[in-house]
Amino acid sequence: MNPLPGKSQPKDYKSDVKPVWCPGCGDFGVLNAITKALASLRLPPEQVALISGIGCSSRVPAYTNVYGFHGIHGRALALGAGLKAARPDLHVVVAGGDGDGFSIGGNHFLHACRRNMDMTYIVMDNEVYGMTKGQASPTTAPDWTESELTPSGTHARPFQPAAIALAAGATFIARAFSGKPNLLAQMMVLAMQHPGFAFIQVLSPCPTFRPEQKEWKNIVRPFAVDALPTSDPALAALHCQRDDGMSTGVIYVEARPVWRRSNMQEIAIEDIEQEFRL
Amino acid sequence: MYDRLMNRIQELDSRSVALVGSGGAGVVTVGNLLLEAAAADGSYGLMRRSAGPQIRGGESAALLRFADMPVECAGDYYHLVIAFDWRHAERFIDEIPLAASSCVLHDPAGGDVPEPIVQSGARLIPVEMQTQAKEIEYGRANMIALGLVSSITGLKLETISKTVSRSLSTKGENVVAGACACIERGAKMGRSLDIELPMPIAQGGTEDRWTITGNQACGLGALKGGVRFVAGYPITPASEMLEWLAPRLARTGGCLIQAEDELASVNMILGASYGGVPAMTVTSGPGMALMTEGIGLAVASETPIVVIDVMRGGPSTGIPTKSEQTDLNIALYGMHGEAPHVVVAPVSIPDSVFTLQWAVNLAESLQTAVIVLSDQLLAQSRVIVNRPPDIGFITRRVTAQAGVENYRRYALTADGVSAMAIPGTIDMSYTADGLEHDERGTPSTGSRDHLQQLEKRAGKLIGFDYGDHWADVEGDGTIAVVTWGSCTGAVKEAIRRAGEQGVPVRLIALRLLAPLCTQQLNQALEGVRRVLVVEQTFSRQFYHYLRSQVDLPKFTESLARPGPSPLSPGEITAMLLVGEA
Repeated sequence: MNPLPGKSQPKDYKSDVKPVWCPGCGDFGVLNAITKALASLRLPPEQVALISGIGCSSRVPAYTNVYGFHGIHGRALALGAGLKAARPDLHVVVAGGDGDGFSIGGNHFLHACRRNMDMTYIVMDNEVYGMTKGQASPTTAPDWTESELTPSGTHARPFQPAAIALAAGATFIARAFSGKPNLLAQMMVLAMQHPGFAFIQVLSPCPTFRPEQKEWKNIVRPFAVDALPTSDPALAALHCQRDDGMSTGVIYVEARPVWRRSNMQEIAIEDIEQEFRL
Repeated sequence: MYDRLMNRIQELDSRSVALVGSGGAGVVTVGNLLLEAAAADGSYGLMRRSAGPQIRGGESAALLRFADMPVECAGDYYHLVIAFDWRHAERFIDEIPLAASSCVLHDPAGGDVPEPIVQSGARLIPVEMQTQAKEIEYGRANMIALGLVSSITGLKLETISKTVSRSLSTKGENVVAGACACIERGAKMGRSLDIELPMPIAQGGTEDRWTITGNQACGLGALKGGVRFVAGYPITPASEMLEWLAPRLARTGGCLIQAEDELASVNMILGASYGGVPAMTVTSGPGMALMTEGIGLAVASETPIVVIDVMRGGPSTGIPTKSEQTDLNIALYGMHGEAPHVVVAPVSIPDSVFTLQWAVNLAESLQTAVIVLSDQLLAQSRVIVNRPPDIGFITRRVTAQAGVENYRRYALTADGVSAMAIPGTIDMSYTADGLEHDERGTPSTGSRDHLQQLEKRAGKLIGFDYGDHWADVEGDGTIAVVTWGSCTGAVKEAIRRAGEQGVPVRLIALRLLAPLCTQQLNQALEGVRRVLVVEQTFSRQFYHYLRSQVDLPKFTESLARPGPSPLSPGEITAMLLVGEA
């Protein structure tokens, strides 16, 4: 018998649905890390909701045995925010890809950071649209010419998730690598324990459309500065800007009041109706 | 022919008063005070607002009608017009029809009387309101006007003073004193004008009467129906409902979020409803267009939501401040794929309370999206009405309890509704999905799963018992008017007038637009040889919708006009009487 509620084994948080992901997809590592983090926190599966949008990585809820909602493209954060606002008792984790979160859902990303609801947002960033077969995403380098849709590259500066999250007001910002699921799981535990909006950008290679990302395992390294994590946004911004986007670790943690619903004295609807009397 | 008929149609015993002036002149303030004072004296009334897009300095009109019975529409013409100035008059003049017997009191300081008003033959009376107001400390021309109207209509000065003192109390004693002095001055001026338009006073006490706007009535109905989560993005003419709901949800254990856009609004309510909390969003046409993908997700994932569209003139940004019924098509057909859902519309302002309660009930019972079509005319008009009946619905979603083995969220059931596990229920987790799925919810591209789930989602709506609420059906005779929404008020008055001319007409005002209750509609049309379909659109959307669903009699006519001028009871009556009397 478990001395604590919830389950103690990561496998207890997995479902029997087989992922659609390609062999070697980084998202397997993220799924493992999610289940490890939930097991480590001993969260009862029924108290957790995993919310996603559309894309390869957004398929993740069905592969777990927590409550899930696989919504529409780009709107996962809004779906999660509504759930958390209506059901503050639940642990809400939102997950998806770079296209879902930073392109079609970019506006929701900004406002979720500002709002600082107590939830965790995991973005599996592979710098490509996988589900639609290999188009450039907001994080793709401007000179990437492998997509027929943008044969001469995007000519657009890549989106910088951590820096933008910082400017928009996220209170927990981290970068991780899917190839290190144990480290990632530890980071997820910190994120889920953080009171407020916690954002993790996970570098998660796409072996099919970005085979060169197989090299990421040799490139990623922890941030080589003792200063991080910091609660100083200027310092965090400095290190985000200086970095090539391949350093991992918790970057920024801030204690800021968490979004909460306004508490007003309760009255009955019959009392509200009084205002309409002549 | 038409003109001759119009002459025969008598107005009800009502008084219509129009107050016009630039934004900031305070016409809406005077309108509200006049409505409240008349209500206190025992009249029923309705005040419609017509405004331009500007926040300050644009044109603005408060259009009132009083009677000794509940008023559901504007009259055929205005008995009295009070104009502070004529700025941008061309933008609202068509909404203020006049007769030769009408009186127009205009401030000469406000410019020349526009030609169409002169042409109407109405009596034009210059009255110096601004000059008079300037002579009084804290005086304002709109309060002079209030005095003028009160003496002309015979409202008790005492009631007016009381109403004004209460309403302006927060502005300080000087303002109240100035207003009261202006009202007295205006009343004195009014007495010298030799115009009498006594206000119709209803019998009986006023204890059981309410004053409410359509936006408030929708909000109240939603609360009574059990909505406890709302997300919305500001939009004219729906914002007032969100503003009304925000503090009241917070006081009834609920919550409202101002979302970053309408895409977020609809997805937030999906999240809340997935969590087990009845949820709603409120918008107007442009927001409705943005929400359609989310509404489709509600249908596919079988997550109950209510979406109120307070319609305004379209397309695109259109006429944000004025009414139209032109979102019918997007409400019926806006979703991609085949997404059966429910569309309802209140038939009056007080009916908005009931219709919203019903909408929440339908969304929760059927686990689908319910679109409610209100419009600017209903939403921003304020009425004096009898307290709407208290109808209690037992709204309960079919939920799955813990311990069900082999739980299938989208199980095929006899009535098409399957039990929904609410997060927190032990060992019942599932993933809701907008992807086509099997009974368990696992994504599927198979034709069998697709067909089964399509049949499930359509079947649960078709097989449901909507009771008598599908329409308001009244009267008999071999002529019927089929209408919906805010047109219903004018149609009802037209039918009453036709009846007085010896031509009985049936009313069929649809509350449930989709799914259309064709069997009940055919029954209601039994013995009818002639049908008039009345709506406020340009392209006759409602007429074409009915034609596509029901075999209407050969003699079926359409009376359709786009906004912003509402259809008048007189023109509907005239159309009904052609060839009949």
